Amino acid sequence: MSTVALLNFDEVVARYEPVIGLETHVELGTRTKMFCGCPTDFGAEPNTQICPVCLGLPGSLPVANKAAIEATIRIGLALNCRIATWCRFARKNYFYPDMPKNFQISQYDEPLCVDGWLDIEVEGETVRVGIERVHLEEDTGKTLHIGGATGRIHGATESLVDYNRAGIPLVEIVTKPVPGTGALAPIVARIYVTEMRDLVRSLDVSDVRMEQGSLRCDVNTSLNRPGEPWGTRTETKNVNSLRSVERAVRAEMIRQANMLDAGERIIQETRHFHEDSGDTTSGRSKEEATDYRYFPEPDLVPLEPDTAWVDQLRANLPEPPRVHRRRLQEAWGLADKEMQAVLNAGAVQVIEATVAAGATPEGARKWWMGELARFANEQGIDLADVGVIPEQVAEVQRLVDDGKLNDKLARVVLEGILDGEGSPAEIMTARGLGVVSDTGALTKAVDEAIAGNPDIAAKIRDGKFEAAGVLIGAIMKATRGQADAKTVRELILARLSSSPPSSI
Amino acid sequence: MGDVTRSTAAELGRRLAAKEVSAVEVAQAHLDRIAAVDERVHAFLHVDTDGALRAARAVDEARVRGDELGPLAGVPVAVKDVMTTRGVPTTAGSKILEGWRPPYDATLVSRMRDAGLVILGKTNMDEFAMGSSTEYSAYGPTFNPWDLARIPGGSGGGSAASVAAYEAPLAIGTDTGGSIRQPGAVTGTVGAKPTYGGTSRYGLIAFSSSLDTPGPCARTVEDAALLHAVIAGHDPRDSTSIPAPVPDVVGAGRHGATTGDLTGVKLGLVREFSGEGAEPGVSAAFREGVDALVKLGAEVVEVSCPHFEYALPAYYLIAPSECTSNLARFDGVRYGLRVGDDGSKSLEEVMSLTREAGFGPEVKRRIILGTYALSSGYYDAYYGQAQKVRTLISRDFATAFEQVDVLVSPTTPFVAFPFGSRTSDPYQMYLADLFTIPSNLYGGPAISVPCGLSEGLPVGFQIMAPTMADDRMYRVGAALESALPPLTPPPL
Repeated sequence: MSTVALLNFDEVVARYEPVIGLETHVELGTRTKMFCGCPTDFGAEPNTQICPVCLGLPGSLPVANKAAIEATIRIGLALNCRIATWCRFARKNYFYPDMPKNFQISQYDEPLCVDGWLDIEVEGETVRVGIERVHLEEDTGKTLHIGGATGRIHGATESLVDYNRAGIPLVEIVTKPVPGTGALAPIVARIYVTEMRDLVRSLDVSDVRMEQGSLRCDVNTSLNRPGEPWGTRTETKNVNSLRSVERAVRAEMIRQANMLDAGERIIQETRHFHEDSGDTTSGRSKEEATDYRYFPEPDLVPLEPDTAWVDQLRANLPEPPRVHRRRLQEAWGLADKEMQAVLNAGAVQVIEATVAAGATPEGARKWWMGELARFANEQGIDLADVGVIPEQVAEVQRLVDDGKLNDKLARVVLEGILDGEGSPAEIMTARGLGVVSDTGALTKAVDEAIAGNPDIAAKIRDGKFEAAGVLIGAIMKATRGQADAKTVRELILARLSSSPPSSI
Repeated sequence: MGDVTRSTAAELGRRLAAKEVSAVEVAQAHLDRIAAVDERVHAFLHVDTDGALRAARAVDEARVRGDELGPLAGVPVAVKDVMTTRGVPTTAGSKILEGWRPPYDATLVSRMRDAGLVILGKTNMDEFAMGSSTEYSAYGPTFNPWDLARIPGGSGGGSAASVAAYEAPLAIGTDTGGSIRQPGAVTGTVGAKPTYGGTSRYGLIAFSSSLDTPGPCARTVEDAALLHAVIAGHDPRDSTSIPAPVPDVVGAGRHGATTGDLTGVKLGLVREFSGEGAEPGVSAAFREGVDALVKLGAEVVEVSCPHFEYALPAYYLIAPSECTSNLARFDGVRYGLRVGDDGSKSLEEVMSLTREAGFGPEVKRRIILGTYALSSGYYDAYYGQAQKVRTLISRDFATAFEQVDVLVSPTTPFVAFPFGSRTSDPYQMYLADLFTIPSNLYGGPAISVPCGLSEGLPVGFQIMAPTMADDRMYRVGAALESALPPLTPPPL
């Protein structure tokens, strides 16, 4: 079914009120899997990080990973949740080949953490997003469908399964419904996920990389006319970047509004977001959804987190990202508006890391908010994913500070990094970049410029030093920008002011 | 040398230690016995001749070296085919696992290997341990050595029959609703279900995770205790395994057998068991057993366990519910049988055809039962309600054990029945576990000890004890055994 977009976004929010909800999945960075001792390294050869337990071989049994339980409790505490004093794992039963046991060990009506909140800042206002629950489960394997046009199972001739990911601890964080955000709903969704990412990262329990799947997000969206009850919600999956979170909510709002305007009914269903088109398409319908037949996992004993232990974990939480950001703003000497721009660009972490790698705050901010932000925007990707790491930006800035690069050349070096040409030093060598401050080489260029511009040279000799700019411009042009402007100026003045003409 | 296959495990252990006989000779004698009789008994699904002789040689070499060896080093054991054995076929009695060779040993298999026990092979069983007769084995039934026209009990009929037929002095069984004890009763052997969590389930192909309990099968109480001591104890690979010392079951058994004194021991007779249920011959033999214990000084007290009458229905909701989930993994994707993979069918069709062909009728019945009981809208009325009953039954036990030391009953209401006599009505088959199921729901230990004959067939006497008081049932069981004449099956 295709819907012709009759309403634009402004018209949508003029007529309807959105309610959004978010489910985020965080793959924990524990050394071993949730229920066995297998390693969790990303990108290993398929089916090399497996054992009888995570393969679900007959007879094998799970044993819960204490580090994962601790990490989940810390996330719950950071989200102001109540930590259960007694809770259980449950089996979620459904058949899928990437699930070795054809059930997933998860949590159902007894989650580890419940009823918290996360405050986010949206356009200068604080929005409190309620947290329904935080629970712990095991990840599934990965299925790869070969032979179909879409990479999906439909039309595929072969399906391959990699169980390396099966059994990696996964934390699911579910918000309460978030009403009343109006036109800001898509931005609220994005900032929430950004804030969640920063929060989880501050706890050092996951690398929360959306592009690697260690942070995944499903967005629920519904619309209602003002004063009417909430509408039927859809759940959009395959939202793989922060930018996509915002786009997916916006797209779903527009789609639903157009359907409602046409008198059609919204059906409760799973939808897939498509990065390329920015559309969502229907997945399986929840109305005919599987009955998961949840029941308490009999192979595991109940979790009973000790109160003293939980108190100790609470006492040792790091400062929340909001507090941390306020401290950074002060340290970086930014006005509220400037800090807001940094936040909106999702640049806090990268700037902080760049400063930690030795750059000045101004220098770090200049590159991330300038050249790199522009690139990320052009590519439609998140700043953290542009392919330049903070250490490289710090290195470029260091080269500028040392006079080995100027700003213009530095931009070329960054382009080289973005093009995958290697480290700053490698790019400078390969592209023949680098500021020429070697006076031997420059003297020749200066002499040529003086010879080619006798009038200007005469003015300078007469003490009109500001005329030197013309010569400097000519020299910079001749050296393709690689000359160090300061050195050039000194050389010109030395040639034309302090030496007697007879010595030429 | 005598026929070593007639020896008890304890005696074999002593003779091996005294170097009167070698482990290889003992293993070979049992392998020969299997070769001679198993065509008629069909206790084994797989005989691991090479593995057994290799293990026996290793024990003999260790003895020559003077290594410190346990009391069962060099003694053969048969293992129910539901326990994983590295590299050795393991089918759980099902076609769906035909040809599967596990890449790992169950914890208790490793413990037996470490103790020098020699694994002869894998024994027959009802498919996935669901049944009371081995008639639901996908590989044909096992025949009762007492009467080859009758069932050997189930699900562990192969293990019990192997011991009764002198093919092995010891065997491993698993007891979910009586699968060690009921086969023990109808084959005239000893079968013990330890406390749930007292023996590791790691490597036990799960039927019902909250009930499954591995335990020993033997011809004497002392032998059962010796094997129990080897396999029991905390296993960090099983979260439900109890981190506490194993009760001194061997000492308790020896004490009971040697002193024969039960002065001060209170036996509880469950009022709710005394009505209809047991055949007259079974009841009579049980009464004689009680009388024998009274003569040894025990006191009989009648106790009430009002919720026991709901044990069977509760069990038939809990066990199938867990089984439907535990058996979901058998889908033809990763191991075992795969049907319909000809390139023309979808994954879902292949999974479905595999399960259709791979599972037998009783397994399918329980999968459907469990799926229904867990379904949304039915969960509270069925699975949820059954769990409440389970709690009440545990309370009945707790109350009873405030008054008595052990509870006693016939192990099963009837002696070995003829093949085919109970397969048409599932409920008639389920009744075989009427007296054994309460202990599984509660989690406490229970043992079946032979106690005379009815119509020429063995009757079992069940002794149930509080959780982690496994030693108590061995003491009473050994005393009973010493007071009664031993049972010997007719020659095969």
